Amino acid sequence: MSLDDLYRDVILDHYSHPRNKGTVEGATVTREGANPLCGDEIRLSLVVRDGVVQDVRFDGKGCSISQASASMMTERIKGRGVQEAGRLIAAFKAMMRGEAAGEEMGDLEALQGVRKFPVRVKCATLGWLTLEGALEEAAR
Amino acid sequence: MGIPATIRDDFPILRQRVNGKPLVYLDSASTSQKPRQVIEAVVRYYEEYNANIHRGVYSIAERATAEYEAARAKVARFLGAAEPAEIVFTRNVTEALNLVAYAWGRRHIGPGDEILLTEMEHHSDLVPWQLLAQERGARLRHIPFDDQGRLILAGLDRLITARTKIVSVVHVSNTFGTVNPVAEIARAAHARGALVVVDGAQSAPHRRVDVRGLGADFYGFTGHKMLAPMGTGGLWARRALLEEMDPFLGGGEMISDVWLDRATWNEVPWKFEAGTQDVGGAIGLGAAVDYLERLGMEAVEAHEREITAYALRRLREAEIPGLTVLGPGIDDRGGVVSFVIDGVHPHDISQVLDTEGICVRAGHHCTKPLHRKLGLGASVRASFYVYTIKEEIDILARALLKTRELFRVAG
Ligand SMILES: Cc1ncc(COP(=O)(O)O)c(C=O)c1O
Repeated sequence: MSLDDLYRDVILDHYSHPRNKGTVEGATVTREGANPLCGDEIRLSLVVRDGVVQDVRFDGKGCSISQASASMMTERIKGRGVQEAGRLIAAFKAMMRGEAAGEEMGDLEALQGVRKFPVRVKCATLGWLTLEGALEEAAR
Repeated sequence: MGIPATIRDDFPILRQRVNGKPLVYLDSASTSQKPRQVIEAVVRYYEEYNANIHRGVYSIAERATAEYEAARAKVARFLGAAEPAEIVFTRNVTEALNLVAYAWGRRHIGPGDEILLTEMEHHSDLVPWQLLAQERGARLRHIPFDDQGRLILAGLDRLITARTKIVSVVHVSNTFGTVNPVAEIARAAHARGALVVVDGAQSAPHRRVDVRGLGADFYGFTGHKMLAPMGTGGLWARRALLEEMDPFLGGGEMISDVWLDRATWNEVPWKFEAGTQDVGGAIGLGAAVDYLERLGMEAVEAHEREITAYALRRLREAEIPGLTVLGPGIDDRGGVVSFVIDGVHPHDISQVLDTEGICVRAGHHCTKPLHRKLGLGASVRASFYVYTIKEEIDILARALLKTRELFRVAG
């Protein structure tokens, strides 16, 4: 097992320079997620309107994997349709299970290496599961 | 007389390589490694005289019973108990603390009574009291700690009141490493008629403990942190106290006589040992005590102090940017060094260290309230034992520099 598989440059870059960090003003939905085992925390705030994620920001504290994954996620879904975001969540979860993603993953592929470190998979998926909950809430 | 240089030969696990590197085991506060002598004692039990105790009249059952009770006598002597009957075997210290909360607490703690703990307790010494307090309508109070991880005793007179029934304190903190002034706290508690419970998970393995000199009324310990097998441990209390207590678990062996609708209790300590015990484990615990006594607890403590002082100095001298060590200076500290590095999360640190063969704990070490008070979600903990050597500290310091380098961009 090589550390380079885990700490790819793009991950370290998102960790040290998180994109979309903070809270969206006038958010239509906010959601918190936590990984009680290791204390990672993510707070998402989104503006979902007309079936589109108009804006999204994340806040939280945790390891490089959880924070970078959330940062990459916000970058990817901002401005995208809710349905597309839903497909991406499914694809990301599939990728982390070692299955075919069925979507163009782009930079997110860097997180595939986390699979070799099973205890860290939960860190990578935290932001995505939080997003899943947020979108369900927005649909209600 | 110190720890012999050959000690590592007694620990088979330390011979292996992990990720191509020699195993550097710095997580002994979590669980200790086991020497050959302990492993062999357990194997001998299973290979030569595996039988249930206190029941059979045949030879191997008698031998099993004798060895099990001999282990109790060894533990009693090791902790300074007046007699073996003062030692109740449990699965671990968590069970010992729960035993006190249920068997003593339910009878004696009522609405409005107070239970005094500290802010640095392990969850094992928080949650059983929370459950009891909720059930009985009692109030929990906590002795605070200062920025060095030392208990603040200045307000103790106000924290211990006429309503205080129990004061329960960790002897040596598993996160700060602080050696707490149990005797002083016990004096204040006893002056108000409260009983004193001591969580000895991190003291029994590492220093000479004299339960009676300590001023404790109950002292819990856990075997797996003191070279013994998993699932072993116990509770010490004076015979009179154990005798007046209700049982904890009901079942076989803890009874004297049973009718369809009632039962009477066995004598102490068996009154608290319901069901078939971990006999092999207890015998392994006895072997672990033998091993520690041969080393001498004074030598064990001196060795750990030397390693800990070296670690504190080495981490300082390595000048790892952003590194902060939690807890007090060497004078009040056991073999535990917890730290954080600005901009590098403890899990990432631990992950990088793993690739160097280094085992450290990353997380809250079951002291969430302590971490919350410090504004931390987690920390890294390196902890030492009889087999820890300075070379391992050097490997740790070098690996931390490398970690810092990897995450330099994040700083
Ligand atoms: C101070 C302290 N108390 C309690 C415990 C709980 O020990 P166990 O899990 O063996 O019951 C530990 C160890 O995890 C500890 O360090």
